[in-house]
Amino acid sequence: MMDWWYSLVALLPFDWAQPGGMYFMKNALLAILVISPLFGLLSTMVVQSRMSFFSDALGHSAFTGIAIGTLCGLSEPMWAAVLFALVFSFLFTLVRRRSSMASDTVIGVFSSTAVALGIFIATLNGGSFTKFNALLVGDILSVEPVKIGLLAGILGVILVLWACAYNTLLLSALHPALANSRGIRVFWQEAVLNAAIAVVVTVSMTWVGLLVINSLLVLPAAASRNLARNTRQYHLFSLLGAVVCGIAGLMTSYYIGSSAGSSITLYLAAFFIVSLAFQKRRL
Amino acid sequence: MSVRKHQNCTSGCSGLCCLKVQNMGVSLGDTELLRDVSFHLHCGEIVALIGPNGAGKSSLFKAILGQFPHTGAIDFQRSDGKKSRPVIGYVPQSPAFDRGDPVSVLDFFAAAVADWPVFLPIPAKLRARVRFCLERTHAEGLMDKRIGALSGGEIQRVLMALALDPLPHILILDEPLSGVDIDGERQLLDMLDEIRQTYDLSILLSTHDFATLEHYADKVILLKHTVLKVGAPSEVLASPEFQDVFHLRMGKGEA
Repeated sequence: MMDWWYSLVALLPFDWAQPGGMYFMKNALLAILVISPLFGLLSTMVVQSRMSFFSDALGHSAFTGIAIGTLCGLSEPMWAAVLFALVFSFLFTLVRRRSSMASDTVIGVFSSTAVALGIFIATLNGGSFTKFNALLVGDILSVEPVKIGLLAGILGVILVLWACAYNTLLLSALHPALANSRGIRVFWQEAVLNAAIAVVVTVSMTWVGLLVINSLLVLPAAASRNLARNTRQYHLFSLLGAVVCGIAGLMTSYYIGSSAGSSITLYLAAFFIVSLAFQKRRL
Repeated sequence: MSVRKHQNCTSGCSGLCCLKVQNMGVSLGDTELLRDVSFHLHCGEIVALIGPNGAGKSSLFKAILGQFPHTGAIDFQRSDGKKSRPVIGYVPQSPAFDRGDPVSVLDFFAAAVADWPVFLPIPAKLRARVRFCLERTHAEGLMDKRIGALSGGEIQRVLMALALDPLPHILILDEPLSGVDIDGERQLLDMLDEIRQTYDLSILLSTHDFATLEHYADKVILLKHTVLKVGAPSEVLASPEFQDVFHLRMGKGEA
């Protein structure tokens, strides 16, 4: 499978694309081609449902999950983090529905609690926080083929979710009362969407970096909203922006030695600024 | 859904399609929202529900829609005398959509009525179906407009078209006239009248606008936790109950 990819990459006119080496870069490119559409797609719903602050909070809680996993001595603390993020997102959905508090207050409460818990666990017995620094910035070049497969699997699941439930997700986000009256269980729509965001953020955090991961979930759709007139254009621009900026960011990071996550984010920010310039012409 | 023939709806429920609400009560926790509510709603009738804020209008709708548990009975009788579950079209209070929402009326409508995911190109057949439904409320021209760019009256027309698919026995509208300007209000009321005649369905709506009641409502229900007065618009508006509820009589407190 990977051999096939390596020979395909060899057709590209880059020095690192030549056969026989630089596999980390080839893996990273493939990972970007999987991660960026994943974020481009999810981004449309995150922005539509006004969940961008929530996904930010999830990033922080994901770090706590890793700290818990490490504490328990797991060799793959990521799975503990995924579990923690799922619990976090479900509790959040529940509290937001059941309480009369504003959404951002609930998120603030959850986020700060999770971060405090994470730092508490990480520094237990005089432990050092520096071992988690790598998570903050992320390193796409460290991605292994197995993990790319995992990411591709998640992309597949999200695609199936979109095919089966996009309409009900959209209606729940646009008009909960109407969705309710048409027999849609709005709570479960939110719970599933939040769980999907939780899994994607947690799994990709290691490679994208905790500090910038939320920008990948917000910027593609935020820019796309400025341009799109309907749902199809919304998805098209968001996906296209995410993939193009993803590849451009990876290339930039390779040639000038910056972190890939931050480079991608800066390209997305540029995309957003350009979209703002075009926004006014639409009515 | 076939269009039922209009029959003379006088009083009582015999031989006519009719929603019969009897001794209905709704409580949420310890709070009694509605008690002992009884009224009839005949096909072809427009009934306006009035009452102060918090009088239980929305709770009454939710009970009829089956979203709130209730005591007492809500029965629907078809014109052939058989009882069945009615199809209810519901137009919720119109929300303010985000001005930037990249969702067209077509997307919104298709997402509500069809399984085809609307982020994919929409098949011609689905597009035609949405157009057909929107034509019922003369909203077909709005199909490619973004929902964020619609006026209050336009949103109401789209939501009403949505509530008419599938064609219901009863159409319930929660404050359809709020956020609609005077021209839009007249258009909506004309359209309700047209819908009532074309599809012979019952229309139940809540409103705070008493000035136009006499022009369109066949019956007015004054609600404050229970039915205080039912009758023709002029009758209810002139009643002491109405004046008490809205503090129109000097020197008298709340009833």
